[in-house]
Amino acid sequence: MQYSTIERRKECKKEQKPNRNDEVRQTPSMEERIVGTVQRVNGPVVGAKGITNAVMLEMVRVGEMRIVGEIIKIKGSTAIVQVYEDTTGISPGENIYGSGMPMSVELGPGLIGTIYDGIQRPLESIYAMSQEYIERGINLPSLARDKTWDFIPASVSTGTIVREGEIIGTCQETSQILHKILVPPGIEGTLTYIAEEGSYTVTDVIAKVLPKVSNAAGGASKGAAPEEKELTMMQTWAIRKARPTAERLPLGKPLVSGQRVIDTLFPLAKGGTVVIPGGFGTGKTMIQHAIAKWCDADIIVYIGCGERGNEMTDVLTEFPKLIDPRTGQSLMNRTILIANTSNMPVSAREASIYTGVTLAEYYRDQGYDVAVMADSTSRWAEALRELSGRMEEMPAEEGFPAYLPTRIAEFYERAGYMRLLSGEEGSVSIIGAVSPPGGDFSEPVTQHTRRFVRCFWGLDRQLANARHYPAISWLESYSEYMEDLLPWWEQKLGFQREKDRTEMMELLHREVRLQQVVKLVGPDALPDSQRFIIEVCTVFKNAFLQQNAFDDIDRYSTLEKQTRMLALILLYWRRGQDAIKKGITIVRVRKMRALQDVIKMKFTIGNDQMELFDKLEARLERGFDQLESLYV
Amino acid sequence: MSNQKPNQMAHKIKKKLLSSREYIGVDQLDGPLVFVKKTHPVGYRELVECVDSTGHVRLGLVLDTSEDVVVVQVFEGTSGMSLPETRVRFMGEPLKLSVSKRMLGRVFNGLGQPVDGGPQPIGDLDLDVNGKPINPTAREYPRDFIQTGISVIDGMNTLIRGQKLPIFSGNGLPHNELAAQIARQARIKGEDTEFAVVFAAMGVKHDVARYFIQSFEETGVIDNVALFLSLADDPSIERLITPRCALTLAEHLAFNEDMHVLVIMTDMSNYCESLREISTLRGEIPSRKGYPGYLYSDLAELYERSGMLKGFKGSITQLPILTMPSDDISHPIPDLTGYITEGQIVFERDMNGRGIYPPVAGLPSLSRLMKDGIGENMTREDHPHLASQLFAAYSYVKDVRNLASVIGEEELTPLDHQYMEFGETFERIFISQHKGENRTIEQTLDLGWEALSLLPVEELHRVTEEEIETYYGRIAEKDYDRIGNTK
Ligand SMILES: Nc1ncnc2c1ncn2[C@@H]1O[C@H](COP(=O)(O)OP(=O)(O)O)[C@@H](O)[C@H]1O
Ligand SMILES: [Mg+2]
Repeated sequence: MQYSTIERRKECKKEQKPNRNDEVRQTPSMEERIVGTVQRVNGPVVGAKGITNAVMLEMVRVGEMRIVGEIIKIKGSTAIVQVYEDTTGISPGENIYGSGMPMSVELGPGLIGTIYDGIQRPLESIYAMSQEYIERGINLPSLARDKTWDFIPASVSTGTIVREGEIIGTCQETSQILHKILVPPGIEGTLTYIAEEGSYTVTDVIAKVLPKVSNAAGGASKGAAPEEKELTMMQTWAIRKARPTAERLPLGKPLVSGQRVIDTLFPLAKGGTVVIPGGFGTGKTMIQHAIAKWCDADIIVYIGCGERGNEMTDVLTEFPKLIDPRTGQSLMNRTILIANTSNMPVSAREASIYTGVTLAEYYRDQGYDVAVMADSTSRWAEALRELSGRMEEMPAEEGFPAYLPTRIAEFYERAGYMRLLSGEEGSVSIIGAVSPPGGDFSEPVTQHTRRFVRCFWGLDRQLANARHYPAISWLESYSEYMEDLLPWWEQKLGFQREKDRTEMMELLHREVRLQQVVKLVGPDALPDSQRFIIEVCTVFKNAFLQQNAFDDIDRYSTLEKQTRMLALILLYWRRGQDAIKKGITIVRVRKMRALQDVIKMKFTIGNDQMELFDKLEARLERGFDQLESLYV
Repeated sequence: MSNQKPNQMAHKIKKKLLSSREYIGVDQLDGPLVFVKKTHPVGYRELVECVDSTGHVRLGLVLDTSEDVVVVQVFEGTSGMSLPETRVRFMGEPLKLSVSKRMLGRVFNGLGQPVDGGPQPIGDLDLDVNGKPINPTAREYPRDFIQTGISVIDGMNTLIRGQKLPIFSGNGLPHNELAAQIARQARIKGEDTEFAVVFAAMGVKHDVARYFIQSFEETGVIDNVALFLSLADDPSIERLITPRCALTLAEHLAFNEDMHVLVIMTDMSNYCESLREISTLRGEIPSRKGYPGYLYSDLAELYERSGMLKGFKGSITQLPILTMPSDDISHPIPDLTGYITEGQIVFERDMNGRGIYPPVAGLPSLSRLMKDGIGENMTREDHPHLASQLFAAYSYVKDVRNLASVIGEEELTPLDHQYMEFGETFERIFISQHKGENRTIEQTLDLGWEALSLLPVEELHRVTEEEIETYYGRIAEKDYDRIGNTK
């Protein structure tokens, strides 16, 4: 129902932004094939009967409103449809229309910089149709049909054989991303036509391939003579199926995040997987945002799954303004957003994870390193639980279906560092947040996810409450990639760094035991040499581990800066230890002026000011020299 | 909508016609649920009218629909209804509320019907109470600082216009006083727009409702307030609709009438219990503590109906109140709320016991939107660092207090003693204030510095040299009187 003031709203909006939708978009023609009728409606689960030629996982449209759904069970002539939109008003007897296709996404130029909902509907185009609120049954193409791209053919000539995954051309998608046009998986044959350089839309034919004889290439293959396949810059892919690659390669390069606690203590590898569990307000989203902003991936796919609307708005307003330090380009030029916020339909949450990872795989197939953030996978698991419950399936732990672990494993397995069909290399890394109820890590989603990922950044409520951010617990977290990455670190940053790192970790573990003593008998019971361990760890936490995401300098640190900072803190440790051995009291050591500068160095020394570390180091040494000359 | 397909129109018309059909007699009654067999095709979540033998009409909603049986949830409950005599009409559309600005200054029941003796206000629009999801691209990121005049909120957990910031309280704690104080004092710095208040009461006692009404009357804002009351003795299922009615009106006021609306919803715990009641009756598989798995999504449907929209002047700020069962913050109700809202104000029983008002726990409280609404040109340039330093120092105080309780205060180091003193002072002059006291943001920040100045300057890692230069140890010299803090 429209507001009476709609005219005023429209006027208001015209001033705000240009109308991006002057001509009415052609909605893709929909097959009017009735495959069954509604028998029962229970939330997002619709029972169907009279099912004729529908297939498993086929995308369907339900009722006269044509809301989107997917067939998830078929039994005789009945079926269950998982509906991706609100089912209010749908009644028994309404028709169900088949699409003949599984739930798929459109892949091609135009994905980057776009925000989609969980089933890849372009939210900005929907908004441009003057809708603040998302109506049901909207049917817009995911990739704009009217936009043209400058296609440049690769050096392939007609008459040669092309294979799946092969690059047949390129177009500049954003100033930073060269989009490679690939032969879709399942197609192999003789190239009979390749378009000349020029402007094309995603539906214009840019190549034709005559498939090899009787090669049962995917899709609807007919037994008869092979038909020429027309290729466009766009292809489609079913979201629940991983895209094929040639081979999985071992991991050996870090995904540098610019977050000190991560890169230095618990690094992630390109192609790796990590889980970030944490109660509300412990900083899951902030970590995901920070990595999305500063990590050294080529492409970011950010999936907001069942979380806050304003967080997506935040990304949308902030990213275009931020500059990627590596390329000098706007961060939005490498980012794709999938938003299925907590008030949007539950079952589309379930799909959003797969939509996101499929887009990521597509860019990987072009030879890029892609990082996928999923915030939060718990909402996805809960969507599974709700659907399962409404289908009256037998629950396992806490009402979750028994197949939860399988689904989690399948999802994280889509990450990896791959040799591609084109022969190049590319990777998908997955960074999944988990929101355990009550912050209790023993719940099923945290536990099962832990089994299938190799890196764990556990967020600690106590740290978050003390405003120690990122609240990644240094005692509970781990990274199994440490070993794999060692050769890379040593080659890039020398051998000392790993020694420093190990020494610091040891101190942190010794501190825990000392703190237990302090809690029982007070700090005075410890000798200065032991109190100094606590002191150094406090400095390390304040000066190094804590990183303020809102500070222009501190928000990300290069590896070099991280290494220098760590080295300085360890210098303080070594010299301080000596000084205390010589009888200087801990109070005097703490009062040193240079120490204040060490604690504030994260805010004062920029990533391009490494020479200031030399100065600071000299000052710290001088401070100790003076102290020792005065008091010995 | 104009671009509806012809068959879609025909479909609607057919539904309208069928809605005049009336079914006499129902097949089963179970708590608030009514089961009706052999109906025409009925839509999911359609509005239902059940007429009992006395002719009294009760509203309900379709929870499950199939060819064989339709399950209806009746808001007023089914007591007094009988199987053969109940008549049922399916209305062919969801529950709607007729909204207008004229509803301000009026009192309604939980379903939006007037109960103040006045006539039904003339509506401008009929809106579906369930609302629709806001497109995230249509949102405007909220960043306007609201001055509540309460230091612990303004200074450390800043409220932003368009934010949803709940109060996590417990039985017997002064959450109503704090909510009323916020509603009275909330101002935008440098503007004098007033907030319209939409108040939704769910399962609270009469005196709570009376307290709020009185408080609004005393300050003369009652004409800018609409109240939706579903009190403790009203049928519990009605509570599921009450916040939806309130938010529907709030959306109309904010986005059609350009108003800034503050929505107070109390007590969300009662709302969640009603939801559990229905879920249990339907034999659904529960997740934790018997609450349904969809509690998160259901709460999100309410809490996400707040914020600001691009190109619109108005806004909806939400202040939901919930009482944590046995003060347990990990209970599903506060837990799921915290996962959806943009922060939380957490009450601490111990502080209340020590006579501190408002008893806001320093550490677990959080405002997630604070970062973009404070600092230079918004509050004061030192605000972000000051707040961060206060959090860090106060958190150390908590550690020291724990230590002192084990080893005794005498055993503490001199530095730890200074922290203890800081902690006391901070709670006494900064957090504590009078229920009528309205501090400016400058006063709040100065009080923060006054407390911090009790710590040695080397301890202040989170503020800059310049800030120390300007504010550290200087506040006491400044000459101003602290309103209402004479003791
Ligand atoms: N690195 C950080 N720097 C500064 N503040 C942070 C940082 N990480 C988290 N925070 C604070 O914590 C709040 C909650 O973080 P968020 O990531 O939204 O938590 P979650 O997603 O776990 O609920 C943020 O609003 C912010 O105030
Ligand atoms: Mg979050």
